[in-house]
Amino acid sequence: MSSLVVYLTSAYALAIAVYAGWHSWRGYRFSNPLFYALAVLEVVLVGILIGAIVAYNGRDHDVDPVLFFSYLATVLVVPPVAVFWGVIERSRWGTGVVVIAMVTVAALMLRLQGIWSGTGSAF
Amino acid sequence: MSSDTHTSHGFGRIVVAVYAVFALSASARSLYQLATKADEAPFAYGLSALAGLVYIVATYALATNRRGLATWTIGFELVGVVVVGLLTVFDEQLFPDATVWSTFGIQYAFVPLLLPVVGLWWVFRNRTIRG
Repeated sequence: MSSLVVYLTSAYALAIAVYAGWHSWRGYRFSNPLFYALAVLEVVLVGILIGAIVAYNGRDHDVDPVLFFSYLATVLVVPPVAVFWGVIERSRWGTGVVVIAMVTVAALMLRLQGIWSGTGSAF
Repeated sequence: MSSDTHTSHGFGRIVVAVYAVFALSASARSLYQLATKADEAPFAYGLSALAGLVYIVATYALATNRRGLATWTIGFELVGVVVVGLLTVFDEQLFPDATVWSTFGIQYAFVPLLLPVVGLWWVFRNRTIRG
């Protein structure tokens, strides 16, 4: 798994966090641009999953598949849950949940990179 | 927040969301550790499992507006993170591998220390408004 992909995805998730935080700060509800930003993130994450499956099968390594793919599956679930909660909560905190979710995605992506490269023990 | 005092509404969504993340990460991590290397640090992993379980119950209590249960579980967590935090600072041998509460949750940006304080504040603040 390329570290560049991980850093770009993490940076994108954090950018969405800032954008959602701005919504929350201004008291705006969940907007269409925010939804599209999250949808793009989910597509990117699915792409990473496919890429990871291909890379896992085509390379000599000692990556723990249970650990790695359970983390990746968790990351994939986060954006849809964030959208669901962001939409049903009709106060500013609906988009606040998206901030938490995006920081979580960024943290999990870095952890995934750690598992893949065999470094890091946090989380 | 206005007249809505349910613990999972308004700002409560944030509290429940963060609790859900910790419930999942602490319990999944400890299950994995207990399944693959339980003999390396049984006390640390057992404690992680307990912490994960308490996070799960606290998340459930906050999401379903069970204030009593929420207060007990969050209170337990606050005691847990402070006691384990102190133990890991003063007696490193007891914890050969890290837990979610080690050194006051330093691996998790001290969120485990902050979270119970915010959680208790949230539960009590809501109660005052309702009463």
